[in-house]
Amino acid sequence: MPASATANVKDNREKLLERAMSRHQYSGDALIEVLHTAQELFGFLSRPLLKTIAQKLRLPPSRVLGVATFYHFFSLKPKGEHTFVVCLGTACYVAGGLSLIENLERRCAKAGQTTADGKVSIETARCIGSCGLAPAVIYDGNVLARVTPQVLDTELNKIGAQ
Amino acid sequence: MTAEELLEKQTEELARQQGLKSRILCCTAAGCISCGADGVRHALAAEVEAQGRTGSVEVCGTGCMGMCGRGPLVLNSSDGQLYGNVTAADASALISDNASDREGLAARSIDLKAPFFSRQLKIVLANSGRVDPEKLADYIAAGGYQSLAKALEEMTPRDVVQQIKASGLRGRGGAGYPTGLKWELVAKQIQPTKYVVCNADEGDPGAFMDRSVLEGDPHRVLEGMAIAGYAVGAQQGYIYVRGEYGLAIQRLQTAIKQAEREHLLGTRIFEQGFQFRIDLRIGAGAFVCGEETALIASIEGKRGQPRQRPPYPPASGLWGAPTLINNVETFANIPPIIERGGDWFAGIGTEGSKGTKVFALAGKIANTGLIEVAMGATLREILFEIGGGIPNQKFKAAQTGGPSGGCIPEQYLDVPVDYESLAKIGSIMGSGGLIVMDETSCMVDVARFFMEFCMDESCGKCIPCRAGTVQMHDILHRITTGAASEQDLDMLKSLCELLRETSLCGLGQTAPNPVISTLKYFAQEYEAHIREKRCPAGHCHIAPAGQEARA
Repeated sequence: MPASATANVKDNREKLLERAMSRHQYSGDALIEVLHTAQELFGFLSRPLLKTIAQKLRLPPSRVLGVATFYHFFSLKPKGEHTFVVCLGTACYVAGGLSLIENLERRCAKAGQTTADGKVSIETARCIGSCGLAPAVIYDGNVLARVTPQVLDTELNKIGAQ
Repeated sequence: MTAEELLEKQTEELARQQGLKSRILCCTAAGCISCGADGVRHALAAEVEAQGRTGSVEVCGTGCMGMCGRGPLVLNSSDGQLYGNVTAADASALISDNASDREGLAARSIDLKAPFFSRQLKIVLANSGRVDPEKLADYIAAGGYQSLAKALEEMTPRDVVQQIKASGLRGRGGAGYPTGLKWELVAKQIQPTKYVVCNADEGDPGAFMDRSVLEGDPHRVLEGMAIAGYAVGAQQGYIYVRGEYGLAIQRLQTAIKQAEREHLLGTRIFEQGFQFRIDLRIGAGAFVCGEETALIASIEGKRGQPRQRPPYPPASGLWGAPTLINNVETFANIPPIIERGGDWFAGIGTEGSKGTKVFALAGKIANTGLIEVAMGATLREILFEIGGGIPNQKFKAAQTGGPSGGCIPEQYLDVPVDYESLAKIGSIMGSGGLIVMDETSCMVDVARFFMEFCMDESCGKCIPCRAGTVQMHDILHRITTGAASEQDLDMLKSLCELLRETSLCGLGQTAPNPVISTLKYFAQEYEAHIREKRCPAGHCHIAPAGQEARA
């Protein structure tokens, strides 16, 4: 991609974030909404991004960092190309969710981390509310039902993970 | 819209629906979508179009039909037959007017007269699986927003509170505080600005009732909140919904927009002076935000940490204003209570627990899914008649109330399910997650699992919870790996006491519950792990004797 095009995309994202903040009248109360939007746009919350948000909302940077690190949903590190979220809610746990995460950790990375090549991120969730389909895994936003380690192997092989 | 126009709209939509040859209802709740319901729905719609029958056959997406374990589910209204495990290839047979065309699907048909359906009593879920959650007209056809019209036109705010009090409805979030009393407390406050908050931060693992209600019948919750706003004198409502519930968020956004367009929310509701806005607040993944003071902090854009009560939110809540906080299911009960009266509702259930309760059945049970039963039904009825029993294994325990609840052993299967009875046997009603465990589940490991959950989710504000959950988890981990001693067990018991007595909020106070109840009913399993270094359920990996010291 030419450099100018990349710059354009970036500008656009910053503009969208600005718009989200102005929609909330730059109120500090809207911090969580703004962080949601920022993560949606940029994929993760970098330190410079948090600093910008703190300035615009007139909040101490410590408060913004405090909120961003308090909630599981916000990620301060970039995510992999593909994401597996293994549900470890009670129903999935008793149905064998643990063996799924063990399989992924063996093949890719520890839960909460991304493979060195940036291809796959492994995450766990505390109940995604699909208990009727246990054990469940969210693979790039889609819920897979009654997953076995073999199903994960197939998906991993498809994307050419090591 | 006026109340008269609402009635007209209902008549109009009902006539249109009756004019159709059939309506094909396709469950599009999260459970069915993850087994391919979207594809089935599109195939059905495409098939209707291909056969040129758009005028006589309508394909609707609906909320949860209940039998989540057998999705995708599709029902043809012309013969009222429900089919499970449907695929796109079945589309042509499913839309046919000829019931005989569906003979090939007979093996996958689901008997609606089976106990799973016939033993349920649906009030909260009355529309779930029957109306399209993305169409306001569908909800209006089912009688929607008429309770709001009735409240605004025929009742004073005080009358509304009286009806809720008379109904005996108690908070469905788990603690069971009488809803009418809470409303009265907020209504009595004299400040001009008040808020109504819907707690949709359903965090208990194994619970998906609120999600299903929001996905399947979002307008019902909006209507319940608007009635609450009228009763307590609030003009602004917030729904605090889990960030993980993408579909519920999307459907709520659609529903709010539709209701505002028709002046069922917003300004000049039913051409009256009453105004009420509802905004969404998306949670960011913190279990503790289900606690009301933490939830308030989170709506205010802060870390979701609880604070000391009193003052309770009805006196000082969101931005210091009087705030009414109820759970999704509680609000969903409001429209039928206003429609049919508090006395009708009080006639259902037991002495101290009125109405129905929605449960999410999961774990080692034949029919996983969403059910609603009258309060006072026994666990045996719920698990063995409605749930269809445990496949291939023997029942060991039922877990209610998530990480704040307990495990109920077999000898209490005949205890009626209501707030008091469950508390008596060391569990709680909780929000409605019901997880069944069989002989292959190790109860010590279950206790460890919940403690790990509480340890991760502790907000860190008070020391008993922050440090205590880590210590308790550590001991439980040692027990499950065979490295624990008798002293550890004593320490575990005293920590249970400590956390319960000294933690700041409900999370820490109830975190020991799974340990206490498993210690009470399954003490022999703890002893087997500690003394004999073996796991009776064969679940835990215990190193052979002599090596455990290194574990």
